[in-house]
Amino acid sequence: MLSETRIVLRNLGRIDPVSVQDYQKQGGYGPLRKALSMKTEEVIAEMKRSGLRGRGGAGFPVWKKWSFTASAQSGQKYVICNADEGEPGTNKDRVILSGDPNSVFEGMAIAAYAVGADRGFLYLRREYPYVAPILDQALENARAEGCLGKNILGSSFSFDIEVISGGGAYVCGEETALIESIEGRRGEPRFKPPYPGVSGLYGRPTVVNNVETLANVPVILQRGGEWFSGIGVPNCTGTKVFTLCGNITQKGVFEYPMGTNLRDIYETHGGVKDNFDLRGFMLGGQSGNLINAGQMDLSMDIDSCQQAESVLGTGTIMVIDDRNDILDIVQNIMSFFIEESCGKCTPCREGNIRILEILRRISGGEGRMEDLTLLEDLAGMMNVACLCGLGQNSSVAVITSLHNFREVYVKAIERGRRA
Amino acid sequence: MHSIAGEDYFITPAAEKRITELASRYQNEPEQLMNILLDIQKETANSFPRSVAALVSRVTGIPEAKLYGFVSFYSMFSTKPRGRYVVRMCHSAPCHVCGAQGVMEAISKTLGIKPGETTRDGRFTLEYCQCLGVCENAPAIMVNETVYRNLTPGRAATLMEDYQRGDMKEC
Ligand SMILES: Cc1cc2nc3c(=O)[nH]c(=O)nc-3n(C[C@H](O)[C@H](O)[C@H](O)COP(=O)(O)O)c2cc1C
Ligand code: SF4
Ligand code: FES
Repeated sequence: MLSETRIVLRNLGRIDPVSVQDYQKQGGYGPLRKALSMKTEEVIAEMKRSGLRGRGGAGFPVWKKWSFTASAQSGQKYVICNADEGEPGTNKDRVILSGDPNSVFEGMAIAAYAVGADRGFLYLRREYPYVAPILDQALENARAEGCLGKNILGSSFSFDIEVISGGGAYVCGEETALIESIEGRRGEPRFKPPYPGVSGLYGRPTVVNNVETLANVPVILQRGGEWFSGIGVPNCTGTKVFTLCGNITQKGVFEYPMGTNLRDIYETHGGVKDNFDLRGFMLGGQSGNLINAGQMDLSMDIDSCQQAESVLGTGTIMVIDDRNDILDIVQNIMSFFIEESCGKCTPCREGNIRILEILRRISGGEGRMEDLTLLEDLAGMMNVACLCGLGQNSSVAVITSLHNFREVYVKAIERGRRA
Repeated sequence: MHSIAGEDYFITPAAEKRITELASRYQNEPEQLMNILLDIQKETANSFPRSVAALVSRVTGIPEAKLYGFVSFYSMFSTKPRGRYVVRMCHSAPCHVCGAQGVMEAISKTLGIKPGETTRDGRFTLEYCQCLGVCENAPAIMVNETVYRNLTPGRAATLMEDYQRGDMKEC
């Protein structure tokens, strides 16, 4: 049985989310005060010591991202909190924002100080309209207490945050699409480079970080990067907030150190329900991996997952029991990408549809063994030819299921041949 | 209240006043556009048809084509008239493996419409949507801005009947 290590979720359920006083009683805004007494390079150095990597999916080192923006020359810089959380099976950012919004605001303010920004935006997905009033109230209270706004905590540093609503498009979680969306346009990803760190919102240097990433920042300032780097595994420090969903007995959002074994998480939360058998897991979201029950001994951190041809992604763990058919699930996943593709580039717009067609053919009993190679070729082509992560990774679930559940495909094809 | 029989939407004088008010909040700050257009859509039968785009364009100076391109991109907008209640059923994988299909069938049967359709009386529109971010309580649906969790086909049917009887407060 595991017990949680709560760093990101430190205040969850222990404070009134909108009360800045409650947050301060737990030590909140002390780290910001401390940061304001430090040189900006020292703040970034502390982040480097911590080893904190982004929690939005890509795992990019936070200190590096901040240094790009810090060294960019511009009269106006921005900090954006990515709260688009569109990845199916991911609930963590909603839980953090509605339970402890100040931890995210404080993280944004520290980032802003470190890079020299004075305006922040929090891009909240439209599927969370009920979180917006919590954020608005918490912001108002934080301003009234001098923790945000002009001359924060009596210093010469000013920074404020506006909440911007998404419009219900998954691709807007991609940082450049998100920026397009804030700029009042269709959320289509931009060509990179330039990266947002040097040319982002309105062409200005912009830090874009995930909700969970930012909620870690105050704790690192408070307790030191050294302390933080002792949690988790080398090169992937701290904790991860996982979302457990699908056919597991105890669903929900739980925080464990990076590198925690998947089997332990699975068993701690009761495994599959009611005498069903475990079929496998979908890890990291829709663009993540399908692994079978026998692959459960997996260290849940960014690098180990990658080595095992898996992904940590947003920390989604979707459990699949034997009532479900893998071919049905991968078709569901491809329909998701067809619907959410922004249509800007052809390999993604067309490729996802073709992959779904092949899958339908196989599960309908009209597949051929050559189709399996065709799937691999298509996926490989899309991975190199697509503009953004959506198209590049949309067929990861198909490919990993081909490797980890090959018998399912072969059986469906053979069944069709016999008929 | 609203006429939603035809392809387009007839703007009543009262709605015109309200839309004009909302649209004039736009002061050439692009980052405000989304919030303003979403507020306007609440006034116009949950949809953003051409007539509304034309009016907003006149007030804000944003070309109508740009507005159309914008609203047609985001799933929260509809250029076709929708019902007073937009029922959105999550069909992403975590809800899918927890029985979303059965819930959808129960809703569809109770309302008498298929996904993508609006009831004749203009009260309900049924849509599929992607993950609502409450997978820990799958399967889930959203009716306008309210989320309902842990649904079974039976509970979903009862909920729809409550809406049909008008027992639910406007949301
Ligand atoms: C299709 C797509 C969707 C994404 N959705 C999200 C999202 O919902 N939330 C998020 O934080 N990052 C998302 N990302 C990753 C962002 O582009 C970006 O890397 C991240 O916000 C950076 O923050 P981090 O460094 O703190 O992780 C998405 C990327 C892609 C390609
Ligand atoms: S890969 Fe897909 S989602 Fe990404 S830019 Fe191209 S079409 Fe749009
Ligand atoms: S998959 Fe339905 S709420 Fe997330």
